[in-house]
Order: sequence, then C-alpha cells, then structure tokens
Amino acid sequence: MALQVFHRTRILRSRIHSSWMTFALVFSLLLPVILGIGLYLKSASLLQEYSIWEILFSSKWKPLSGQFGMLPFIISSLWVTMIALLVAGPVCLLSAIHLTQYAKPIVLRIMHPVIDILAGIPSVIYGVWGVLVIVPFTADVIGPIFHKSITGYSILSGGIVLAVMIIPFILNILIEVFRTIPEELTEVTLSLGATRWMVVKHVLIKKAFPGIVSAFSLGLSRAFGETIAVLMVVGNVTHIPTGALQPGYPLPALIANNYGEMLSVPMYDSALMLAAFVLLVIVIMFNIVSRWMIHRLEKNI
Amino acid sequence: MSEHVKISVEDLNLYIGKQHILKDINTRIPENQITVILGPSGCGKTTLLKSMNRLTDLYSNVKVDGKILIDNEDILHTDTDITTIRKRMGLLSQRPYPLPMNIFNNVAYGLRISGRKNKAVLRKRVQHYLELVNLWEEVKDRLHDPASSLSIGQQQRLCLARGLSVDPDIILADEPTSALDPISSEVIERKFVDLKSQYTVVVVTHSLQQAKRIADYAIFMYLGEIIEQGPAADFFSNPTEELTRSYIKGLFN
Amino acid sequence: MNILKLRKAEELIFRIIMFLATTVIILALCMIIYSILHKGLPSVSWSMISQLPKGGFYFGKEGGILNAILGSVYLASGATLLAFVLGLPVSLYINIHLHKRKKLVNGIRFMLDVMWGIPSIVYGAFGFSVMLFFGMRSSLLAGMLTVTLFILPIMIRAIDEIVKTVPSGLLEATLSLGSTKSETAYRVYFRQCISGITTALLLSFGRAIGDAASVLFTTGYTDNLPTSLAKPTATLPLAIFFQLSSPIEEVKARAYASAVILTVIILIISIISRITSRKYQKNKIK
Repeated sequence: MALQVFHRTRILRSRIHSSWMTFALVFSLLLPVILGIGLYLKSASLLQEYSIWEILFSSKWKPLSGQFGMLPFIISSLWVTMIALLVAGPVCLLSAIHLTQYAKPIVLRIMHPVIDILAGIPSVIYGVWGVLVIVPFTADVIGPIFHKSITGYSILSGGIVLAVMIIPFILNILIEVFRTIPEELTEVTLSLGATRWMVVKHVLIKKAFPGIVSAFSLGLSRAFGETIAVLMVVGNVTHIPTGALQPGYPLPALIANNYGEMLSVPMYDSALMLAAFVLLVIVIMFNIVSRWMIHRLEKNI
Repeated sequence: MSEHVKISVEDLNLYIGKQHILKDINTRIPENQITVILGPSGCGKTTLLKSMNRLTDLYSNVKVDGKILIDNEDILHTDTDITTIRKRMGLLSQRPYPLPMNIFNNVAYGLRISGRKNKAVLRKRVQHYLELVNLWEEVKDRLHDPASSLSIGQQQRLCLARGLSVDPDIILADEPTSALDPISSEVIERKFVDLKSQYTVVVVTHSLQQAKRIADYAIFMYLGEIIEQGPAADFFSNPTEELTRSYIKGLFN
Repeated sequence: MNILKLRKAEELIFRIIMFLATTVIILALCMIIYSILHKGLPSVSWSMISQLPKGGFYFGKEGGILNAILGSVYLASGATLLAFVLGLPVSLYINIHLHKRKKLVNGIRFMLDVMWGIPSIVYGAFGFSVMLFFGMRSSLLAGMLTVTLFILPIMIRAIDEIVKTVPSGLLEATLSLGSTKSETAYRVYFRQCISGITTALLLSFGRAIGDAASVLFTTGYTDNLPTSLAKPTATLPLAIFFQLSSPIEEVKARAYASAVILTVIILIISIISRITSRKYQKNKIK
C-alpha cells in the first residue's frame, strides 16, 4: 500500500538523517584529536633527533645547520602576551564593573555592538591599524621617553595591538561572570549600609575572583595564538628579547613567516609543525582549565 | 464497570533520579468518556499523563516500571515504532505551542507526515478540523498568517485541531485551559464533551469546577499516589476517602 | 566623618577611572575604523574593485583587487556552506536527540568551546600538512576545507545557543503528532530558529572571510580570478598582508583599499545580524 511505503521511507529517511547527525557530531568532536595527531606525526622526525626539552629550551635557531632551538620564539610569545594582558586586563575589569554595576542600560546597549564589532574585525585589519598608528606611536612617543631611537616594530607594539584584540573576549566573559553573582547578595550588603563601591570591593571581586582569573587566562591563550596582526608589527628578529622596545618573534609568527621556504631545508617543516603542535597543546590546556573554572563558578552560585 | 477499557495502567512506578514520582499507579480509563485526573500541583498528574505517550522518554534519569496497556498493547515494552504510538494520542499542553508555520500548515503538518500530500485533500481536511474546533470562521481569511499571530485561546484551539488531524483515538490534555481566558476555556471544555463520542479524553486539571463540569470518570492523586477513583457522579457526591473529601470541599489546593 | 569623605572620594575616583576604561574601548574601535577608512578610502575607486592587478600583485602599479574580492567571497561562501552542512545537524542533534542526556550535552558544549579557542594558524598548519600528504597544491579547495574546520566549532555553538532556547513543550507537541526526531529537527526546530541560524551563518561567514592565518598556507595567491577549485586563489586578508609590505606606494594603496573593503564587509555583517535577530521573529513562539 502506498501509505505503508510512505511510512517506511519516512522512517528510513529519519534514520539516514540521524546517522549523518551522529557522524557530524563525532567528526566535530574528534577534530582537535585529528589536528593533534596530524601535527604530531609531522613533527615526529624532528623529535627522533632531539628531545622535546632540547628544542623548547635551546636558544640556537639555525635551520640550515639543523639547529631548532625555539626558546627565542617562546620568550617572545610570553613577552607579547604578558604585555597584552597587562594592558587589556585592568581595562576590561574596570569597564566590566562599570557596565554591570554603575552604567545606565543605554551604555550597555552601545557597548554590545562595540564588543561584537571589535571581536569581528579580522586580525589583518588590526595589523594594518598597528602599522598605521601603533608602530609610529611607539617610535615617536614611547621611544623618546626612554631616550631610544627605535623603528617602532617591537614587542610593545605587538602587545598593544594584541591587547585591543583580546579586549572583547575578556570583557564579554567578565560581564557574564559578574552577571552570575546574584543581585540579592549586592542588595543585602547595600542594606547593611555599604556603598556600591564597597560592595564591589569586598563582595563582587571576591566572589567573582575565579571567573576573573579564567577570563584573563582565556584572553591570554587567545593572544598566544594570534598570528597575523602580531606578525605585522612585532619586528620578527630571532633573538631572546630583554625589553619591550626590542623587536620579537613569537611562535605563531615563526610558523606563518616560513611556510614558503620550509620545504627545501631538511626537518624545517617538522620544526614548524612541532611549533604548531606546541601551540595547540598549550592553548587547549589553558582553555580547558579556565573554562572549567568558569563552569564551576556558574554552578556554585 | 461495563464500558470498554481504553487505557489500563498496571503497577506503574516512576522515578526521577532517587525521587519516587509515581507510586503503584493502577487505573483503567474507559473508552469514549472524559477522564479527569485531579490533584494539587506536584502530585504527579502531569507525569502520569505524559507517561501515557512516553514523553517521559525525553527527560534524563527517568526510570519506569510496570505496564501501560493501550487496547491491550503494552506501550512501555513493545516493538511498535514510538511515533506510531504517539500518533494515536493527541496532546494538548498547558500553554499552546503552535508550530513555527502559518495557520494552514499547522494543521496540515500532521497530515503531511502521515502521507497525505494531495492539495485538495489537504485543504478539505484542514477545513474539517478547523471547523471541528470552531476556528474556521475566525481564520478562513488569514490561513497564511503565522500561527503565532492568533490569540492564546485561538492558538489552543488550533493545537487541538492539529492534534486531531493525525486521527488519534485518545486526547491527552494537560491543564489545557489554565492559560486561557474564561470564554476560550469554555469553548475547549465544550469541545471535549462534543468529542467524547469519538475519542477517549484524559484531562489533567487542578480546577475542581472544571472537573465537575466535564468528568465522567475521576481520579484523585496526592503525592504520587492515586487516593481515590471512580465514576464522576459517585466520586463527587460521595467520596469515601477523607483526603478526597477535604479536597473536594476546597480545604487545600 | 573623615573616613566617610575618604570613602566617597575613593568611590568617585574609581568611578571616573572605570568610566574612562569603557570610553577607551569605544575610542579604540572608533580609532581603528577611522584610521583604516582615512588611509584607504582615497584608494577605493571603481577601477580598484573592478580590475585585476596588472604586472604582478607585488610590483605592478596598475590594476585593482577584484581577484581578492571574488576569491574571498568564493572561499568564505564555500566554507560557510560546508560548515553549515556539518554544523547544523550537530546543533540540532545535541538539542533534540540527546535531549535527555544533559550531562553529555554539556560535555560536548564544553569541548566545542575549547575548540573555539584553537588558533587559526594551527588549522592552517594542519591543512597544509594534509594537503602535502595528499599531494595537493595550494588551492581554493584546500583553503575552503581548512577554513571549514576552523569555523565549524563557531557555527555549531552559535546555532546551539539559539536552538537550546526552544521550549521543550514544542518538542513534546511535535513528537505527539507522531513526528520522528529528525523531522522535528528539520521541519520545526529549523524554522523556529531561522533568524538565529541566519545570524550564525553571518557570524561564521565573517570569520571565514577575515581570517588570514588559515589560508596563508593553503590557498596560495594569484593575480587571476578564481576559475577552478583546484587552482590557487587570492583572498582579501592576504591581499592586505602581502601588498602592505611592498615598497611601492601604488601597491600599498591596493592593500589599504582591500582593508577598507574587508572592514566594510565586517561592519555590514554585524549590522545585518543585529537586524535579523530582531526581524523574522513573526513565526516564532515566545
């Protein structure tokens, strides 16, 4: 009967849909594993020659003579991300408190699109902005303060550009975190005669502390993996930087800058894939820990 | 009881996690009558209703023991496709959930998934079911407006028409009038009375007045147990249990 | 009394600083957009957006950036479409089929959020090594696939955030009509969430069109229009990146013009998605 056939094809169609859905889900969840395995396999040939510690803690980067010490790049990465966090962290924290505790709703309505757009602007556009504004600013304003003549392509420039890039991420999470603190808690403290600011200082910050740390560390890991914008303003000189006004050469920039030539030098590609692998592992670990902390915070309140 | 039994629940126990929600439920719901399940909120009446078409499958940590027989088929332990079982029961929930489509398609949806595709047939059937719930006159000129543009009372009637469209023989209604204005409530109630000649109707309510108006058979639940059940006439005039008596007197709600 | 005054002063000072922090953020955005438009708008002309670069993108002083505009649109559309085909089923599945497995679903969401944090350069490096493994050259297809992976977690979570707001009463109502879960997913939930899904598509498209690090390895660059999936393709981010480092002013102008176009695309996307999330709600139940 026609109806029976209809019903059977209907059930069959549903089964096919369900199978595709299950496949898509499993594929999506395996993606980081696939990424990790792929990159690890590619970097295996280098790891057979040297131990991972030798590579990570040696400062000799001379691919042509087979030396792949990544310390200069790791130190550079640490410099730019730290500067980015030092700039973005306080700004975000203050602004998040302002927006959730003091500001009128209209300000929040303005800030939502601002945050969205900041988060949506591509990395390369931040790079152009860095080249146009931040690099000259570092060279012409910051340099002279320290009596140095510099080009402006420096760790400081990279850090400032990165700071602006991670502001929307950190701010978004902080606003969420402060929203999870129940209003009643604030009201109770207010009715004890405290001022709004005392509530913020004594209650809010303490309650939200794990969330604040997580937001910062998520911002940090975001900054750690940022490539193009930093690459455009940081100078890209292979050395271990000792000051913010020197040029640096962070890990992602290393990968991005050398893809063209890496095929001709033995093990060069292994080294770059290892760099990508290290980046992946660090970022995933940071993300897991900080997201877990936020998750716990939301559950406990 | 001489009537044919449509739904028979035997030793039903239901747990959510460690909570014992339904305790040793036994009842026989008569065909072509209106059965009303009464009780204060939280007594498990909605859960009992939803276990009848196995919507309890949707929630985590639910464990069900016992039997629910519909026309002597145990729907908890069966190979029959669950969609076929559910199609035999139209559900009307506390507040209307129209599908995100226009008015016409809300009713046609159920017909389409049952394999009726012919346009003229669809149109006729849709009109038929909309007339059945007294909605046709109100919406016949705006069949292509979104269903969400209707008033809540109209939406609930639309949902009833939608539920009837898949040709069920049971109607499960979960406090179907609690979100409605008195006039729409009355329309729904009257519809139930009209429909009972063709359908078996099970209504969960916490309105005693409503229960008195429409019930043929009444079940009173309290804290997950059936305290008392029986034909409505006896149940309301002459309850045997102390708890039922005080509930009917309106001593608690 | 003095302490009270001190407290008031402290609060006032902090309120001023906090207000300044918010202002700085708004100003930063304005400054970015201003500097890009200020530098780039003079270079934007009809010939800029309608012509190919002449004499090589890095040295030629003539021509425009049509290759990069079209390349980016192709690449981002393809990747968004692929990610949608993979991502939509996942979002629907975890909210409908896995409706009762709350813990599992939260675990999945957690994983996806973590994946959202993986930098695009890692996807780029991975895409590149897979490409070499299969003996492919850098091409539109390779770039598209890499970008698909990169935006997949974003797509899934963006749709999921919408789908999970659907009341379970709608699920119950639809299943009671005898629908299968898949029918519920595509016929009812999809419609119910259509505006949110549009926004998710736009968001993903914006990510796809703006990212440079993932296509740097995989799509290559060319002066020509994209004619085949197997050929290298120019993209806007790389048009900016490569041409900005040129010593020739006319070439740099192409970079600035590309930056304007990319910025405008991102701005338009964010405006449209603000509007769509308000409109298209007429069929939605609240």
